[in-house]
Amino acid sequence: MSEDVTENATEDQPGRGCAVVLGATSPIAEAFCRRAAEAGYSVFAAARSAEAAAAIAADVSVRSRQSTGSCAFDALDAATIEAVFAQAEQELGRIALVLVAFGDMGDVGGADVGGAGELEAARRVLDVNYTGAALASEAGAGALLRGIGGSQTGDVPTLLGIASVAGDRGRQSNYAYGSAKGGYALYLQGLRNRLFKLGVHVVTVKFGFIDTPMTHGMKTAIPIASPDAAAQALLKAARKGTDVLYFPFFWRFIMFIIRSIPERLFKRLSL
Amino acid sequence: MTDAPSSHPGWVEQELYGWGRYPRIGSLVARPESQRGLVAAATSAASNGDSSSGLIAHGLGRSYGDVALLRNGRVILTRRLDRMLAFDESTGVLRCEAGVSLEDLLEVFLPRGWFPPVLPGTKFVTVGGAVANDIHGKSHHADGTFCDHVNSIDLLLASGEMVTVSRDQHSELFWATVGGIGLTGIILAVEFALRRVDGPWFETESIRIRDLDHFFEVSAASTGFTHVVSWIDTLAKGKRLGRGTFSRGRHAVGNNQPVGKGLFSKLPLTVPIDLPNLVLNPFTLRVFNEVFYRKQWRAETKGLVHFEPWFFPLDVIGNWNRGYGPRGMIQYQIVVPPDPEHRAIRTVIEGIATSGMGSFLAVLKEFGDNAHGGLSFPMPGVTLALDFPNYGKPLFELLNRMDRVVAEAGGRVYLGKDSRLSKEMFQQMYPGWQEWKAVRDEWDPTGRFQSELGRRLGLVQGPVDKAEEAA
Ligand SMILES: Cc1cc2nc3c(=O)[nH]c(=O)nc-3n(C[C@H](O)[C@H](O)[C@H](O)COP(=O)(O)OP(=O)(O)OC[C@H]3O[C@@H](n4cnc5c(N)ncnc54)[C@H](O)[C@@H]3O)c2cc1C
Ligand SMILES: NC(=O)c1ccc[n+]([C@@H]2O[C@H](COP(=O)([O-])OP(=O)(O)OC[C@H]3O[C@@H](n4cnc5c(N)ncnc54)[C@H](OP(=O)(O)O)[C@@H]3O)[C@@H](O)[C@H]2O)c1
Repeated sequence: MSEDVTENATEDQPGRGCAVVLGATSPIAEAFCRRAAEAGYSVFAAARSAEAAAAIAADVSVRSRQSTGSCAFDALDAATIEAVFAQAEQELGRIALVLVAFGDMGDVGGADVGGAGELEAARRVLDVNYTGAALASEAGAGALLRGIGGSQTGDVPTLLGIASVAGDRGRQSNYAYGSAKGGYALYLQGLRNRLFKLGVHVVTVKFGFIDTPMTHGMKTAIPIASPDAAAQALLKAARKGTDVLYFPFFWRFIMFIIRSIPERLFKRLSL
Repeated sequence: MTDAPSSHPGWVEQELYGWGRYPRIGSLVARPESQRGLVAAATSAASNGDSSSGLIAHGLGRSYGDVALLRNGRVILTRRLDRMLAFDESTGVLRCEAGVSLEDLLEVFLPRGWFPPVLPGTKFVTVGGAVANDIHGKSHHADGTFCDHVNSIDLLLASGEMVTVSRDQHSELFWATVGGIGLTGIILAVEFALRRVDGPWFETESIRIRDLDHFFEVSAASTGFTHVVSWIDTLAKGKRLGRGTFSRGRHAVGNNQPVGKGLFSKLPLTVPIDLPNLVLNPFTLRVFNEVFYRKQWRAETKGLVHFEPWFFPLDVIGNWNRGYGPRGMIQYQIVVPPDPEHRAIRTVIEGIATSGMGSFLAVLKEFGDNAHGGLSFPMPGVTLALDFPNYGKPLFELLNRMDRVVAEAGGRVYLGKDSRLSKEMFQQMYPGWQEWKAVRDEWDPTGRFQSELGRRLGLVQGPVDKAEEAA
């Protein structure tokens, strides 16, 4: 399939290669699958449930008539992460875009400081959001490097990693998740630096509130963006070669202010 | 950001309302992202020991009244179940999840030459809602209702099982679900046929209507058109009663000029806040109707138009319902059987005209012969739809009087737009209700599926009814 010079071209568009999405059942990731197909990528959807991933891939192909594929993986199992890229390459050819979307907010920060339940929950949150995401990004970078030079549209192969504004400052309510996301953002920063001269771009994504199950029913004065708007922002960032994307954009300022609060004061607050 | 872990669809307290924004009712609400998530949410609702408080599906909330609401119960929002599962390019048959909207269908399939089988007056309706209210459009006389194009429905039952129902499989449940206002189960997926078209263009004609007799004359002479609808001035009395504008059209053939994607899908205008209750008052009402009538100053006009503003004139203004202010609005849609003298429809229009509570938008249309029984609304005759600001008691009294006229004529009120019909009137209007209920009760013996409207009309028992019965 990789020798196919027309890649996944359709009647009205040149082919852009394959977009691989890990954690496709996230509404943001699913919207990204649809938008990427619309923009000319074939789509490979990976999720914990094979059935759910297949349903998402089927939807994308009905909507866009792009070729699609799917498989199951678990962020806690590195071997399954590597297998995603191998299968995507085999089925759909050159990988041009990777989105690492999975995440687990967990339930850490309750009354039981240091309790057994807390430790187990914290381990899981760190494993999924840091270790899993970092390994997926590393494997994704390898896949993107293998496809370098294959683009007919001149696009730079790009990895998008979803971190969070929660990683910009540790807070009592979600520091396990926040620290994993913060660590992952740092990992992406290093990877971007390493891959720059090799011709692969890395986008660090810091989302504010997006309207997904993670935030459903949350009462907040800050506006919540739709998953589709988030997905469009992701594609735009890939196209423009953005390094760090804050979305919605005003979170850059909110987090600037939150980071500027002196620790002496911050530790007393419950934000 | 301290919400429940991701893969457990959480229940949150939320106030919901229909398009009329009356009534508003708080319930526990879940918004699953997948069929599996929906089943899990429905199961968790049952195992929480409060299954008696009931469960109802809620699409895009474009029904007007309380048909998708439930006090002290649980409501499942289906809009995130929007996967298109399979499409056959040769037959146009699509299988999709219940939360796919008609807007979605138009966006994906019109560029490929396929059109939804039936379109109502707004595109912001889910496929599940289209089945549950057995919706009709301007083309009822030619195409029947949405459900006439449905092959099969995947339904989540009260028992937690899933069944596929069709005209041959569990056909009694299929027909009870068609127009079954969500009370037979939660629709997970629907298979139905799209229609081949050459493009988005419509050949239309618009004719000025002098009075009610003229309306019926033009309607009878419009059989060459697949789509018809007319707007009438509800303030016109006496000889002018029924005056208005008749629109008719059909898909243009051979004109497949492409249209830029999303050209019409952006909403150029919205009503961002509630307008004060007084903005839509008897004076503005009179001006509006007069302008609407005079707009059609030539006796007849023709044109090739894009389907979208023609089908969805109101979708152009997002949240136009907020124009009625915080008290909301009441929509009243009726159908009465054919009658050479048009007595009942005349009485209703007269009743509105003399009440001084005229309607801003009044739509008149003759249905075709197709009818489905059960709780499905369309039947042969003429249908009238009216929008009223929620004037409260005087309006309710007026509509109660109109209900009696309609029921006596053998007609009925559209449940998908209702928030006030009485049980007695309902039973007279829907003579098939008992058979429908028998099927419903057989598949949901403990009454898990409930709604405000269902409780009011005696179709299901709410906790209060149950307590009374036990006492
Ligand atoms: C401007 C405007 C114009 C309209 N014009 C027309 C018209 O021309 N013809 C017409 O027929 N109607 C018309 N309607 C009404 C509208 O088409 C119906 O009320 C439709 O059912 C709304 O669909 P929804 O997805 O918003 O469903 P909701 O309003 O959320 O729910 C409607 C019913 O469907 C049930 N339901 C929804 N999803 C499911 C599911 N997955 N499983 C089981 N039950 C479900 C609900 O329980 C409820 O009983 C119009 C409405 C508006 C606002
Ligand atoms: N929503 C927000 O406001 C917000 C803000 C900042 C950052 N984010 C980040 O955005 C991304 C998408 O989240 P979302 O908001 O769309 O929430 P979501 O719906 O909860 O999505 C989380 C996704 O991660 C997957 N996942 C969890 N654990 C996994 C594991 N061990 N292996 C594989 N996949 C796993 C889930 O898969 P299952 O379907 O199998 O559960 C799900 O698809 C996440 O990285 C999240 O941290 C979201």
